[in-house]
Amino acid sequence: MAEVVIVGAGPAGIRAAGVLAAQGLRPILVDEGRQAGGQGYRHPSPGLALDMDALMGTEAGKYRALHADFAELLPLIDYRPRTLVWGIEERRLHCMRDGRQMTIPFDVLVIATGAMDRVAPLPGWTLPGVFTLGGAQAVLKDQGCLIGRRVAFLGASPLLSLAALQYRKLSAQVVAVCDTSPFRDKIAALPRLAAVPRTLARGIAYLAALKSARVPLFHGVTPLAIEGDREVTALRFLDGRGRERRITCDAVALGYGLKPETQLAELAGARFAFDAHFRLWLPVTDEDGRAGEGLYLAGDGATIGGADAAEASGTLAALAVLHDLGLRPSVDERPALRRRLARLRRFQHGLARAFRWPGPALSRVPDEVTVCRCEHVTAGDIRRAMDADLGPVDVNRVKAITRCGMGRCQGRVCGPALQEIAAAHAGLEAEAVGRLRGQAPVKPIPIGLLAEEHA
Amino acid sequence: MTKRQADVVVVGGGLIGAWTAFFLARRGRKVVLIEKGVVGAQSSGTNFGNLRLQGRFPGQYPLSLRSQALWEDIENLIGDRCEFHQSGHLYIAFNAAEREKLEAYAAVSESYGLTIEHLGPADLTRRYPWLSTRAVAATFSPRDATANPRLVTPAVARAAKALGVEILEHCTVTHARRDGAGFIVETADGRSFGSDHLVNSAGAWAGEIAEMFGESAPLFPAGPPQFVTEPFPYFLFPSVQAVDGTVIFRQIPRGNIILAGYPRTAADPIRNRAPVPPSKTLAAMRHLAAVVPALRHCHVIRVWSGIEGYLPDMIPVIGPSATTEGLFHAFGFCGHGFQIGPGVGLCLSEMICDGRTETPLEPFSIARFRGTVAEDEKFRREFDRPAAAEKGGPWARRASPSPAAARSIPCAAAPRWPRCPTR
Ligand SMILES: Cc1cc2nc3c(=O)[nH]c(=O)nc-3n(C[C@H](O)[C@H](O)[C@H](O)COP(=O)(O)OP(=O)(O)OC[C@H]3O[C@@H](n4cnc5c(N)ncnc54)[C@H](O)[C@@H]3O)c2cc1C
Ligand SMILES: Cc1cc2nc3c(=O)[nH]c(=O)nc-3n(C[C@H](O)[C@H](O)[C@H](O)COP(=O)(O)OP(=O)(O)OC[C@H]3O[C@@H](n4cnc5c(N)ncnc54)[C@H](O)[C@@H]3O)c2cc1C
Repeated sequence: MAEVVIVGAGPAGIRAAGVLAAQGLRPILVDEGRQAGGQGYRHPSPGLALDMDALMGTEAGKYRALHADFAELLPLIDYRPRTLVWGIEERRLHCMRDGRQMTIPFDVLVIATGAMDRVAPLPGWTLPGVFTLGGAQAVLKDQGCLIGRRVAFLGASPLLSLAALQYRKLSAQVVAVCDTSPFRDKIAALPRLAAVPRTLARGIAYLAALKSARVPLFHGVTPLAIEGDREVTALRFLDGRGRERRITCDAVALGYGLKPETQLAELAGARFAFDAHFRLWLPVTDEDGRAGEGLYLAGDGATIGGADAAEASGTLAALAVLHDLGLRPSVDERPALRRRLARLRRFQHGLARAFRWPGPALSRVPDEVTVCRCEHVTAGDIRRAMDADLGPVDVNRVKAITRCGMGRCQGRVCGPALQEIAAAHAGLEAEAVGRLRGQAPVKPIPIGLLAEEHA
Repeated sequence: MTKRQADVVVVGGGLIGAWTAFFLARRGRKVVLIEKGVVGAQSSGTNFGNLRLQGRFPGQYPLSLRSQALWEDIENLIGDRCEFHQSGHLYIAFNAAEREKLEAYAAVSESYGLTIEHLGPADLTRRYPWLSTRAVAATFSPRDATANPRLVTPAVARAAKALGVEILEHCTVTHARRDGAGFIVETADGRSFGSDHLVNSAGAWAGEIAEMFGESAPLFPAGPPQFVTEPFPYFLFPSVQAVDGTVIFRQIPRGNIILAGYPRTAADPIRNRAPVPPSKTLAAMRHLAAVVPALRHCHVIRVWSGIEGYLPDMIPVIGPSATTEGLFHAFGFCGHGFQIGPGVGLCLSEMICDGRTETPLEPFSIARFRGTVAEDEKFRREFDRPAAAEKGGPWARRASPSPAAARSIPCAAAPRWPRCPTR
């Protein structure tokens, strides 16, 4: 029987595992985290009594259902938590578990590695006290911790208001929610957002809840700086009317939507195309998630879709696997799932319009601002390198010359900003400056990695 | 079609082509340098950065030492240091047989006037307390150095341009032929250039240019895998190499440790891929941990390789063509062209301007491939041989001098799956 391996135990990976297990396959489900659930449905650490119903709000039902289904699924699958997949070689995954090397052979690979925050640099964003929006949520759900007492939320994302409300529930003071996209973008995006009225209603409810809690809410802001010497003391920005404001705070959560974690897909041989809606390089798949021979992508790791789309696409990818293996379930659920997924993804395109990544506006990031925090490369370093005679244009060359994207995170954080800053400086479309290439290890691995144990 | 006149057309904007153009321009020659991509992005921009003098092919010392003198003067030459750092090179042995090999290398180095320090176990413990006691002996050459390969070639090309060299990027030479007293060189974008001399410094692709003039060398492309760690406090001053070839590493002052190890992996110059299989990353890490145990907790963050041209006797082709007057080759640097790059450029410029150079280059003649060429021991040990044979370069097409290369064993280095993403 074909060995099917799924990477990522978020909603996409769990639903894929469920479909395969129901057909009597025993997929291997690998995840680097200690607990299943992924990002959006992250489970609190053992022994931590968090009121998840309150935190998850309208999504509490789905959260509970996913975790309950996973518990039932456990005996039917080979679940391997705390296992980082760091490379792919032929049909083997190279993994690290508890500091030890482990390889997992596969015939079919489903990659459901989710997403991470996309950030745009501004003066002061590398100060202690600045977190990514997702990071701010992760410490809250995983550890019950807050990133500060007086927290400002900055960026362009529907999760800004969600996270702000979650912080309020755990009695943090939310001093401001600053959305860089103007309110009129939200109006313009309404037709697409109407594709999923329930989620649209939820978003509007978040805004209303913030309003009634008298949380200062700004649309169309231009961020100026996060201030502080050693740690965050204030956020300075122009409001939608162009008036400068300064709000004191001790932490800032920064997020401009999500970007897929595509390194493993790249190592597995997926092709990439620049997506104009998200202004991101995304792996190319068919509508069921096929990205190559024996290679399937699902969830936010394929394209940003949110938790519901992750569940649908995980199911669909697993059905595609079954189909390709010649195991065809009696009822073909695929057409309905494809329609549902298309609707959910249209909604995400609406969100990308309503909460717009600043994109070409990053050309205004001042020269002295750090873009690559691993290697301390500033926007000015990038521009000066490009201005030199025979200077680089392609982002991989900019990286080679300046070290931007060469550090610990391998450009996962600074990549989107580098793309925009380089393209704007060259006077080109974003995609014309190429795509930062990845290599294994997708995350750092220790020199002293213990040798693989052979059973 | 416009035909432009130049004294010299240089094909290939790697380190070799850039230095050659630079020195020719200093002698007042009008040079057009043609590069299919951007300058210094191939082997010259991806190498390990070692400017090693120890353990070279004996016949290369005059060239190598001349080149090192140019490196030592790089700031005067091109106005940029490019992180040139005379950190010394420590060659280590794990047993008596290896120690003898080091001693033999050292005797050669010393005969050319290099200072070599011979170190025993007690010296090693005192000078390099971080070194594992598995190392029983070492030789240290203080004149060896390192530089940042990503910066050097563009800097040399800029200096050449400032001297009047015309540099064409994103321009591929597709045809070149002898025409009357000179050459006609045609590019993919339909331009053509006339010149008196032609330099073939096209790296791993140089075989195609040579074949345009009816000569060839059994060049095959491979990539030595390279790895780098996160920054760690700066403590490893010299670059260190195990003479058994398992590991070579150096630390840059900003803290990262760069490491490499054999065997080299076959590379694909057509699709422009030099893959690093994860199993090689594991092997390199294991070897480094065995030599510097303190680095156990340091993480590898990135890997890369590049496409280098190798020849079976592990020495390059440098000098005039054996078929065509006015044509000069410089390719097949077998993993050590960074160090001799400036020297090669200077010698080529002398041959073109003066008709001769003081540096002996006879061992590097392309004519040697008309006869049988002895395969170097390194060539047998340091490659994934089956992979090299399967790659289908000239090496595989020719009657292979080694049974190992002829056998078609499933290729571990160029995986059929997953398909390599195209660059
Ligand atoms: C930080 C963060 C917070 C979010 N919070 C919310 C929220 O509160 N509400 C909401 O609606 N949506 C939230 N989202 C959006 C959410 O990501 C999606 O809606 C949903 O979780 C996507 O599901 P998925 O299965 O595609 O990926 P995920 O749920 O992200 O799951 C991916 C899994 O893959 C694993 N993984 C990734 N790479 C590797 C590897 N190399 N080796 C092994 N395992 C790996 C990860 O550990 C993770 O468990 C958040 C996203 C992020 C990034
Ligand atoms: C990973 C690695 C590590 C190494 N480590 C070291 C080291 O530590 N020390 C050392 O001394 N050496 C080292 N080397 C070797 C060294 O890098 C090379 O020998 C040297 O850079 C060769 O320079 P080059 O100019 O001949 O080749 P390249 O840099 O490859 O330049 C050749 C150029 O020609 C261009 N070209 C090819 N065909 C055409 C065409 N038809 N038209 C136009 N342009 C064309 C190519 O695009 C390329 O830019 C290493 C090599 C690699 C790959």
